[in-house]
Amino acid sequence: MRDFSEIWSYLAEGPLLWLAATLVAYAVGDGLSRAAGRASIVNPVLIAVVLLAGLLMITGTSYETYFEGAQFVHFMLGPATVALAVPLYANRARIRAAFLPMLAALLAGSVTAIVAALAIAGAMGIDGKTLAALAPKSATAPVALGVAETIGGSPTLTAVLVILTGITGAVIAGPVLDLLRIRDPRARGFATGTAAHGIGTARAFMESETAGAFSGIGMGLNALLTALIAPIIIQFFI
Amino acid sequence: MIHAVALLLAFQLAGEIAARLTGLPLPGPVLGMAAMLVAFLALPWLHARTEATAQGLLGHLSLLFVPAGVGVVGHLGRLGTDGAPIAAAILISTMLAIAVGAVVFVAVARLVGGRA
Repeated sequence: MRDFSEIWSYLAEGPLLWLAATLVAYAVGDGLSRAAGRASIVNPVLIAVVLLAGLLMITGTSYETYFEGAQFVHFMLGPATVALAVPLYANRARIRAAFLPMLAALLAGSVTAIVAALAIAGAMGIDGKTLAALAPKSATAPVALGVAETIGGSPTLTAVLVILTGITGAVIAGPVLDLLRIRDPRARGFATGTAAHGIGTARAFMESETAGAFSGIGMGLNALLTALIAPIIIQFFI
Repeated sequence: MIHAVALLLAFQLAGEIAARLTGLPLPGPVLGMAAMLVAFLALPWLHARTEATAQGLLGHLSLLFVPAGVGVVGHLGRLGTDGAPIAAAILISTMLAIAVGAVVFVAVARLVGGRA
């Protein structure tokens, strides 16, 4: 048998190892989520991230090396976003019928997400540059980065806050909506997508296709609305 | 499946080009999604061709966020003393936004008489 370190250094060079590790870690997270009856607090993204972060730390692997393998998975976010057109089309009659509720929920959810975050962080002494990175956190990453840059926030910090918001939303959506006794899958999905973009939408698809479709619309509309209102709202806080 | 993937990528490409040409504050894939929806309305058979692949992809949408999530872990330390206030702001504002959004949706739906 060849020396293990020799095999390791061969594998550590190419994308295969970390691509496989990403899929296996997700399979573990997804399996635990199923075993928990899809309870939203057992979130497959969070479980996979914790497992992989631990593995990278133990093996002393840099994120750059990891991403060479994981980039293939990351790349699929684009086509998956386009694919949201399929459930949107299948639910088109319900979407058309829910125009007014969506418009009202979009305005209420979007403004709440921005104002509450800025008010809480501002009251706890967070400085203006960090507030600028926090303001667009509920929008999908590419839009949030663009907004943060126009109002003086760091793109790296914004990316971190966007992902943290998505995971937080996906984890707490179930308990919050159950506590409020909201059973309408349209309302559950739309509110989750507005507040927690794609990661929230992934969670909504675990509940039902209708929840997922409405979450996808919430995400798309809030990207647009956040780009319009975040630069205005931030002026009241810095 | 390959045809469906080709279609998704073609619409993403069209979306990226449209985003750059129009300067709209929307990512290319979101514009690609809108364009694909319009294409389905015009040519319903396209929807049937794309359905299985799209459902396969969206059924495991969580997987696609894992690489970005792993990237976040390395930056958590940088938050330093800002960590606790930021965590509180994210947690409370996201809870409130989901609650307010869902309650407003249900209330307005009841008001205008739309059925689930």
